[in-house]
Amino acid sequence: MTSTITGAPTGVAPGQPSPAPEARKKKQGGGLGGYLLVRFLLIFPTIFILVSTVFLLMRTTGDPITAALGGRLPADQLAERVHAAGYDRPLFTQYVEYMGQIARGDFGHTISDNRPVTEVLTTYGTATLELAFYALIVAFAIGIPLGRYAASRRDKGPDAGLRIGAVLAYATPVFFIGILLKLVFSVWLDWLPVAGRASTGAEIAMQHDGLQTGFYTIDAISTGNPQILRDVLEHAVLPAIALGLLTGGIFLRLVRTNVIGTLSTGYVEAARSRGVNERRLLRKHAWRPALVPIITVIGLQVALMLSGAVLTETTFEWKGLGFQLIQYVKARDYVAVQGMVVMLAVIVALTNFVVDIIAALVDPRIRF
Amino acid sequence: MTIPTNVAPAPVRPSLWKRLPVVHQVRSSVGLQRSMLVGGLVLVGIYVITALFAPWLAPYGFAQIRVGDTLFGSQQPPSSEHWFGTTVAGYDVLSRCLWGARPALLVMLAAVVLSIFIGVTGGLLSGYFGGWVDRVLVVVADAIYAFPSLLLAIVAAIVINHGQSDLWGGILAAAVAITVVFIPQYFRVIRAETVRIKSEAFVESARVIGASHPRIMTRHVLRNSTRTLPLILTLNCSEAVLTLAALGFLGFGIEPTVAADWGYDLNKSLSDVTSGIWWTSLYPGLAIALSVLGVTLVGESLNDLADPRLRTRRAASQAAGVVGAVTVVPGGVLSAGAEGIEGLDLLEGTADELFAGPTEDEPLARPSTDEEGGRS
Repeated sequence: MTSTITGAPTGVAPGQPSPAPEARKKKQGGGLGGYLLVRFLLIFPTIFILVSTVFLLMRTTGDPITAALGGRLPADQLAERVHAAGYDRPLFTQYVEYMGQIARGDFGHTISDNRPVTEVLTTYGTATLELAFYALIVAFAIGIPLGRYAASRRDKGPDAGLRIGAVLAYATPVFFIGILLKLVFSVWLDWLPVAGRASTGAEIAMQHDGLQTGFYTIDAISTGNPQILRDVLEHAVLPAIALGLLTGGIFLRLVRTNVIGTLSTGYVEAARSRGVNERRLLRKHAWRPALVPIITVIGLQVALMLSGAVLTETTFEWKGLGFQLIQYVKARDYVAVQGMVVMLAVIVALTNFVVDIIAALVDPRIRF
Repeated sequence: MTIPTNVAPAPVRPSLWKRLPVVHQVRSSVGLQRSMLVGGLVLVGIYVITALFAPWLAPYGFAQIRVGDTLFGSQQPPSSEHWFGTTVAGYDVLSRCLWGARPALLVMLAAVVLSIFIGVTGGLLSGYFGGWVDRVLVVVADAIYAFPSLLLAIVAAIVINHGQSDLWGGILAAAVAITVVFIPQYFRVIRAETVRIKSEAFVESARVIGASHPRIMTRHVLRNSTRTLPLILTLNCSEAVLTLAALGFLGFGIEPTVAADWGYDLNKSLSDVTSGIWWTSLYPGLAIALSVLGVTLVGESLNDLADPRLRTRRAASQAAGVVGAVTVVPGGVLSAGAEGIEGLDLLEGTADELFAGPTEDEPLARPSTDEEGGRS
């Protein structure tokens, strides 16, 4: 993610003979603006590569129309439709055309229900964003305080328990956590709804009275009816926990590692030798520097969360991008699949860019 | 490396057993770290044994739905005939849990071997020769690395067998899908190491005495750049099992009649959950979680032991013994035992020892420590 720059030979270890001095100077002279420009320009090849990869991979299986309708139409009709859609032209022509379309923001129409892919993306994207938002809250609420606590009790009972918990959270598939949560809280205890984003009544009420942002929380608030808001939030609890636990476990480990790292640095050691007590050391000296690397790692978590969202949404029938993507795959609607995958690639590339900016602003060492 | 000759007693090379990678780590770990590592190894052991001996361990076949003329019945709760109950299609849950270890192990092996082979070769060539091909490969690897791996795996699964699978098709699809995701990780690590090592003096020397490129690459660069591989490898094994399970859960799994697939079983159990039928989902889920847990515990422990900041205290004191070898008398706590400093097999320069060195601060190719990569 971040190391494209490092990929260049400047990334040699400190002990190495440095590159020619003038080359170094030039690199450092770029400053923040230059760094951000390079980062920004790198988005394009990244997206370009991903789009090309996905396009070529999907086309090796044949054209989307045969995939979707093969066997259901006589061969001549099928050939006619393939021809009409232009899928019998040379691959390169199609590729150039597809690239041109994407550059204009046109992802084509889905085959199964003939909707513009962009519309599908905006409709279901909001649901995924909402889920990711709640999951991030859960992840932060779990990972950061517990990671700090584990670091402060290093190698003692609580640390051991938390570390094992974090490994467990990683090892258990999101969908299995989801199924367990459903079993316990929806089926046995009957506290929370089993699946979906809202009950049917609430959805109808929101369509009538509320805003139509697609973010159910906002829509529910806009109806002014606390019952509806409660319904929407209750539906979000289990999916958010299932997805948040995974990321939370990663945050926990990361915070723990970093705090332990900063607690043994020179300046903390110096403060310790001046008689600053351990709690103050953690709070005032070691804590904030330990958080910086987490910002960069969040960028990687976005990709992980999107993968997790696909699984969580399927488990809880949360009608977001992931859920819909699987539906389209099952319908063999490869135009839709391709469009959605490309869109997700763009989201990942953009988030990584934003994360790089934040990281560079926070930590000047990153810039050159 | 040279060993000071004026120090007695004469250095004794530890036995091969003690120098084996994992054995060495078990010996050098303490407390929680040790129990995590040992626990992980035990789980992995159970898992491998289950996979190897599934036909003898499982009471029924993975696709068996009747004994003689009697059907098992659908969604039967756990009983003495079916310890873990039966699924909606009438399979025995216990048997499918045990049989399911096989495809998971196969996928894991195939994916890891393939991705190591391609990733290491690519990383080595790219890092060694550099140039614009190298730049392009780096950008490509980064692009793939940043992409949600599951989506990539889904696309790969569609491409390979149009989403539905027989045994080998399913295993191959999962393996290739996972390989695509893993190659960039190996590529990045090996390439970074190669770039670093190729400017070392010993590579210069080899070049001066006229060694050929292939020889330098394999003998001097490759051998010194593989230190981090065991760590990525174990972490990737667990990820492989998870990805296979996820693919199965999403409906791109292996058909139930050709092999048992834990993910597939979980997918089918999703509708049972709402009616309170817990045995069809709990046991396959536990099977996934435990096998991943075993591999992850091993990987995590190896990683922690390799990172001087994370090593638990006794191991840390050993590290201190390396730096200031003159001042520290390790005494009985060290595995070196009575041989004192010389007994520390550090000067032997085995790969894992180098790895455990205290000056080691290399970024490991794990998401959690990856941020260091962007800094240098």
